[in-house]
Amino acid sequence: MDLYLLEAMVNGLLLGGVLALLALGLNLVFGVIDVVWIAYAELVMCGMYTVYWLHVYYGWPIEFACITAVAIVAILGFLVHLLIIEPILGAAPINQLLATGGLLFFLQSFATLLFGTDFRNIGIRLPVIEIANLYISYARLMAFGVALAGAIALYLFLKNTYLGTAIRAISQDREIMGLMGVNERRIYLVTSAIGGALAGLSACLLALQYDVHPFIGNTFGPITFMICVLGGLGNMIGGFVAAFIMSQIIAIGGYYTSTEFAYVLAFTFFIVLMLVRPRGILSA
Amino acid sequence: MNMQKIFAAIGIGILVIVPFVVPVYFLHLIIQIFLWGFIYTAWSLMGRFGFVSLGHGAFMGIGTYVPALLWNYYGMTPWIGIPIGVLLSICLAVIIGYPCFRLKVVGHYFALVTLALGQVVLLFIVAERDITGGSLGMTQKLTGHSWYALQFPEKTYFYAIVLAVWLIGLVIWRWVDHGIGRDALEAISEDEEAAAAMGIDVLREKLRITVISAALTAFGGALFGQYLMYLNPETVSGITVSLQIVFAAIAGGMYSMLGPTVGSLFTLALTESLRVWFGVNFIGAANTIYGILLILFIIFMPRGIVGLMELFRHHHAREETAPAK
Repeated sequence: MDLYLLEAMVNGLLLGGVLALLALGLNLVFGVIDVVWIAYAELVMCGMYTVYWLHVYYGWPIEFACITAVAIVAILGFLVHLLIIEPILGAAPINQLLATGGLLFFLQSFATLLFGTDFRNIGIRLPVIEIANLYISYARLMAFGVALAGAIALYLFLKNTYLGTAIRAISQDREIMGLMGVNERRIYLVTSAIGGALAGLSACLLALQYDVHPFIGNTFGPITFMICVLGGLGNMIGGFVAAFIMSQIIAIGGYYTSTEFAYVLAFTFFIVLMLVRPRGILSA
Repeated sequence: MNMQKIFAAIGIGILVIVPFVVPVYFLHLIIQIFLWGFIYTAWSLMGRFGFVSLGHGAFMGIGTYVPALLWNYYGMTPWIGIPIGVLLSICLAVIIGYPCFRLKVVGHYFALVTLALGQVVLLFIVAERDITGGSLGMTQKLTGHSWYALQFPEKTYFYAIVLAVWLIGLVIWRWVDHGIGRDALEAISEDEEAAAAMGIDVLREKLRITVISAALTAFGGALFGQYLMYLNPETVSGITVSLQIVFAAIAGGMYSMLGPTVGSLFTLALTESLRVWFGVNFIGAANTIYGILLILFIIFMPRGIVGLMELFRHHHAREETAPAK
């Protein structure tokens, strides 16, 4: 097998980890609250700017900058639910999607207003490691590891804590849980905060690999939605599988053609698969 | 009823005089208002029945690029190029719409599938940069004033064309509004299963309105390209345009005939006045306020500006007719 192709595939696998983490937060919010945050990638953008400013401008160590970014985006997620979703929770689901679309415009333009359209790099160059003639970016490897750890941590939280059990229960039956004395509002707010935190975590990992600019959300947003839908909205394991399928299409497609064309292939694959399995790849 | 006709006549009369009295800059804005108003109306034809498409950038992109490419590479007149672009858009609408409606892909899922569609067209244009100029955009070959090439340096011509097209858009709206299809589509948007049980051909009704909407959007896109004489994938395709279309239609009010046009007027007036106000130093200021307004619109007045006005009028009318105490 072609060594470069293998390298592309390994890098695709690593990209899949980050995409899976991105999809995880969106899936959690959808599964529990039944809302699609179309501005999800813009929350990631906010996190990337936080890392950038704290690290480059204020000279914070990168670890603290990242932890703060996760906290800030978690608060943003909390606020998104409190200010935008909650007032229209009873309206048609598409209204909630569109309201967060307004947020997308707001965050993109506000970032442009504050930071301009410059591409900004946090200036950390992580080494490229060589394993058996394969060159792998350390940043990607780390992102993959952290994404995996984040997913496992979320799984354990949902499985083993009271709050996690309540979240899982409410995603299965909204009406009954209210009657059984679970405070829905609190669960929704906590879920939104966790969704935000996952976006913040993705932001830290992406900031190591990509320059941040106000429209970076347009790069990651659509592919994240596609992954969530492909896996079946709200289905986290499906999201994981879909993330790796999509990242392989992008990696292998990009190897044979160009990056844009690889995305065209990925989106076309998504559309075709949606028409074959409208409820996601893992649906019966 | 007669009053309405008189108002309509006065309105059209004013619109005919406009190009001869307003400065070129305002004429440019007015042309854009009608052009986008037409495209927003086309979207609302679907949107008002709850079929929220986030992929109209795909149809607009095809409608814009196909005639321009045919003109540049084969010297084919837009009189043929535009219908080809519109036909391709219809094909795409059917290819996506048929399986979607058959498999009952609705709501979030439909919105996200169409979002992917818009993205495919955008990235395709960018990827084929040798032909389309990629993200740098492209310009049509200039010929000066020509009906054959559909190029007019004077804005008056485009004003007349765009005004006529916009009026046709309104006529189509009325036709849908008064046609039998409207009841069927409303029934479908309420409850698809029940509508099917009543004997409504859900697939056919949905596909028909989708095709009309896509064709008109592509046609609007073609005129947009001919008017600006500069195409850029970001301004005619992809998620940004698709969302712009959806939001302007919502802000104006997608349930009324003039709503989308009011949305076009409102968003353009807002963007332009903020641009003049803040100057170029604050790029993004306009959209920042725009974004906040959209959130507020969707939360507090999902029927848009026109919807709100109608609500007030009905309220007012009811108070007047109420018996005096």
